[in-house]
Amino acid sequence: MSEALVATQAPGTDTTVPGASGARQFWRRLRAQRAALVAAAVVALLVLVALAAPLLTALEGQDPTTYHPSLIDSARGGVPIGSFGGAGGGHWLGVEPQTGRDLFARLVYGARVSLGVALAATAIQVTLGVLIGVASALGSRLVDQLLSRITDIIIALPLMIMALALLAIVPTSFPRPVLVTFVIGLIAWGNIAKITRAQTLTLKGLDHVAAARLSGWGTWRIARRELLPGLAAPVITYAALLVPINISIEAALSFLGVGVKPPTPSWGQMLTAADVWYQAAPQYLLLPAGALFVTVVALTVLGDGVRTALDPRAASRLRVGTGAKGEGRAAGAAKGDDGTPGAGKEGAA
Amino acid sequence: MSGFGGFVLRRTVGALVTLLAISVIIYVVFYVTPGNVAQISCGPRCSPAQVHQVAQQLHLDDPLYQRYWHFLEGLFAGQDYSTGTSVAHCPAPCLGLSYQSDRQVTDIILTKLPVSLSLVSGAMVIWLVLGVGTGVLSAWRRGRFTERALTAVTLAGTATPVFVIGLVLMIVVCGELRLLPFPQYVKFTDDPEQWAWNLLLPWLSLALIEAAAFARLTRAAMLETLAEDHVRTFRAYGVSERSVVGRHALRGALAPVIALNANNFGGAVGGAVLTETLFGLPGIGQELVHAVKVVDLPVVVGMVLVIGFFVVIANAVADVLYAVADRRVVLA
Repeated sequence: MSEALVATQAPGTDTTVPGASGARQFWRRLRAQRAALVAAAVVALLVLVALAAPLLTALEGQDPTTYHPSLIDSARGGVPIGSFGGAGGGHWLGVEPQTGRDLFARLVYGARVSLGVALAATAIQVTLGVLIGVASALGSRLVDQLLSRITDIIIALPLMIMALALLAIVPTSFPRPVLVTFVIGLIAWGNIAKITRAQTLTLKGLDHVAAARLSGWGTWRIARRELLPGLAAPVITYAALLVPINISIEAALSFLGVGVKPPTPSWGQMLTAADVWYQAAPQYLLLPAGALFVTVVALTVLGDGVRTALDPRAASRLRVGTGAKGEGRAAGAAKGDDGTPGAGKEGAA
Repeated sequence: MSGFGGFVLRRTVGALVTLLAISVIIYVVFYVTPGNVAQISCGPRCSPAQVHQVAQQLHLDDPLYQRYWHFLEGLFAGQDYSTGTSVAHCPAPCLGLSYQSDRQVTDIILTKLPVSLSLVSGAMVIWLVLGVGTGVLSAWRRGRFTERALTAVTLAGTATPVFVIGLVLMIVVCGELRLLPFPQYVKFTDDPEQWAWNLLLPWLSLALIEAAAFARLTRAAMLETLAEDHVRTFRAYGVSERSVVGRHALRGALAPVIALNANNFGGAVGGAVLTETLFGLPGIGQELVHAVKVVDLPVVVGMVLVIGFFVVIANAVADVLYAVADRRVVLA
């Protein structure tokens, strides 16, 4: 089965062998898409907020973990005192029901958790996927068979369910954000491995790689010097789409109460109890939900833009963002016919 | 069509191998845990002697391969368990006993399954109709405002976490507008009408996210077909645009849509877990989350295996259906 995918998938990605000029071309094409530019600005702002979280909360004079029992009305079940959920000069966005923790501080520190977990998990996925994909393509037949089979199995495992289950068996003393990162990273590298293997097989047949081999270069040196540059485009494309997926998974796990746990703030976790409080403190629901929505949409649009910039032909032919599972199949369906016009050229959103 | 028969056979064998491998991996991962399984199952206040007794009861001192074999035996032949005072029989697909309640995992799954099936099947109808419909519409109105608006909406749809949409729907529809009461699961056999009304919001929440993916795929596949030579020929012969889009291009989208629907099963199950937890539906997902929180390993392992089983079957079916619907696919 994987053979079919390889044969059909490779032609879509073989146009991109970027060098220094490739990078410049990439920026030019990315800048040409208005939606992607806006998304990039939003993402940059989010990263900035996450990095500057201690600074911002210091400016407000609060921190994300201190309880403020004086700011909540325990007689009414822990509703924040004052209008708009206790928002005001001291607490910019109000306080959390029941605990009185500062919402603004929890929100900006939550950005750290969301982005940190998602980016680190993506890094693990890319590292594992590329290593296994390249090893599979360059290794002996046996190695290839074994690694491809493992990859197929990893892809077959339902991600959310496996992540949920794995979180059950690790002792609670382990730092949760790190744990969530590793769980997501270690489960969802299958598609990257598959893409890398296919691309490496294509590259292996090219002249410059054959020349390197004839010159007596070692496998490692060939992989590093001749293959990695050619792998960059498809891997970056896929990795860009993985980041928002990882953010959603972290939020989902924390929402279910098995991911990042209090007192560490996380957007998903903040939403767990939010539905009970929406009348007394609507921002307790709206802020984390809005933050999640904006972040994931911005990252997805940016990912789409990156894809278009790296491989305009494939992007205009397909322009699907069906996520992890649809990816290979959609590429398989595309059959790699050359130059199919009529799919339109305008930006993604 | 010996090539096709061979393809189906290879795919079936592949699925079986995958299933077996998954069962080994899951078993090893969960029972060679850093935590002490006997201690966990006995509870925090157990004395060392009691922990030792539990370990013997669970055969934890046996070598791993023997325990796995025991587990497989239970799956295919059933098993007898001593529950301290009496011996309980656990019939053929035996996934063990819950640490928490001493109930058979198979029983737990069977009582929860109807809820999850109700949720997923209803939502699937909605996401297929809505997703394919939107995709067709935006392929038909390509290049115009409708298409751009739909593309933006579906992009936002694929990106939004399911529990965010669910939360917002629940608060707006049940809390503010009071159009529906907060969902409470009613059995289909008790009252079909109430069953549907109470599931309406969970269905919508799960379906909206999935529909977005289908809309994007349908649109892309249709646009691709529209660019093919035979469609150009149809147009040249004066076939109306509506017929070209509605009949010929849609046919081209059929194969990928079928494949995505079966292939997306794992993702839909993940979404169902969130939906069940959010709306308090007593399905498999909610039970799994609970089992994870109380570290009830047999329940976790059993559910992951059952869900994995469904996903692998769905993937295999997807590949075969894909090959049937689109004979252009390489059967290599």
